[in-house]
Order: sequence, then structure tokens, then C-alpha cells
Amino acid sequence: MSDTTATSHVGNQPRPYRRRVPILWWVRRRSYLLFVAREVSSVFVAWFVVFLLLLVRAVLSGEDAYRRFLDWTANPFVLALNVVALLFVLLHAVTWFNLAPQAMVVKVRGRRLPPVLIAAAHFGAWAVVSAVVAWIVLG
Amino acid sequence: MPKQRIAPILWLLFSAGGIVAALMIPVLLALFGVLFPLELVAPPDHAHLLAVIRHPLTRLVLFGTCVLALFHWAHRFKYTLYDGLQLKGLHTAINTFAYGGALLGSAVAAYLLLLLPA
Repeated sequence: MSDTTATSHVGNQPRPYRRRVPILWWVRRRSYLLFVAREVSSVFVAWFVVFLLLLVRAVLSGEDAYRRFLDWTANPFVLALNVVALLFVLLHAVTWFNLAPQAMVVKVRGRRLPPVLIAAAHFGAWAVVSAVVAWIVLG
Repeated sequence: MPKQRIAPILWLLFSAGGIVAALMIPVLLALFGVLFPLELVAPPDHAHLLAVIRHPLTRLVLFGTCVLALFHWAHRFKYTLYDGLQLKGLHTAINTFAYGGALLGSAVAAYLLLLLPA
């Protein structure tokens, strides 16, 4: 047990001591705020799945439904939501690829590849995937 | 399944979802969510998009993206509520909501992308 946890006894049950932390602990520092913003990005990832499934359903339903979907995306509220979602998803992508070198150690002929190279490979893959997807969508 | 055995699977789904979300979502959201509505780029016509979505490979990729992204959300959102809002006491409700939501979303994605004939 670490020194931040002590035990108090309720009946015969030992219970770990927990220091009280203010609920808004994460607004105190920029790094904490960035951490929470990264976590919150997952909500916008889930929103995108809903958005994508609505698009798929509209396209499968026919031309009119697809037209209505496009009109709906131009609604100021939906547009604003998607702009915010895009910013959070970009934050997720950039922080994810920047952390990639810490998650994977690649060795070539017994020597560790420099972390910068691994991050660069991820950003390169991102650019390629984005270009291919855009090319397929736009035809 | 005991917790010790399912935890690594959930971490793996989180991690796979993280990379898929980072690769796939920005471009699709930029196009359909921002650039088409603002008329900065002309949206594709219906026939072209239908042909793209009818392709089995597109369906498989989109289905995989949906499932992994949803489990990525479930895992991260759980810890957002645990740490950000200190709701660890509600872990049963939070787990049910997060993973139940991910399973439900996956089922809808399977219906639309795998079962529905185009």
C-alpha cells in the first residue's frame, strides 16, 4: 500500500483512506485541462458514429432522404456542433499520434528507431488515409 | 467473464478505436460536417455515394470504424466520469451505460451496414 493511503476501521472492515479532491480539480492547470479535453473528445467520437449512421441511412433510403440530410447538416446548430466536434477530434488525433512513440518501441537491426520517426510515420499514415477517403467520397 | 480477463480486451478495443478514430473521423467529419454544409466543397451526388456505400469493402471499413470508435468512447468516457466528475461510486450504472451504449450502437451499425440490402 502506498503512503497516500492509510487504513481506518469500520467494524472489522479496513477501508482505504482517500483524500478529498475538489470536483473541478482539472481547471487548475493547463495540462490538467488538456487531459480532460482529451477525455471529452471521446464524446464527439461517439457523436460522429451517430452522424455517420444517419448519413448511411439517408443514402440507403434514396435521393430525397440524402438531400434532406444535407439540408439538416446546414442547420446552424448542427453545423456548430460539428465544428466543435471536429476541433475535439483533431485534438484527439494529434495527441494520439504524438503519444504513439511512447506506446510502441520499434527496433530495426537491434537498434531502437527514434521516437520522432514513429510519430512522423503515424502523421504520414493519417495524411494518406485522409487523402484516400476524400478521393473516394468526392469521386 | 472475470474482470481480470475482460480488462485487457477493453483496453485493446480502446486503443484500436483510438487509432481508427484518429485516422478516419477528421476527414469524414470535415467533409460532411463542415465543408459540404458551408458550400466550400460541392457534396457528391447521391448515385456516387450510394455506389460507394454499396461496396462490401466500404461497408466493412465503416462497420469496423463504428464498433471500434464506440468502444473507444465507452472506455474513455467511463474514466472521464470517474476522474473528471469523481463518480466512481456509480461504476455499475456508468459501465452499463457506456458498454451497453457501445453494444447498442454496434448493433445499429451492423443492421445498417451489414444486414440491410442496398
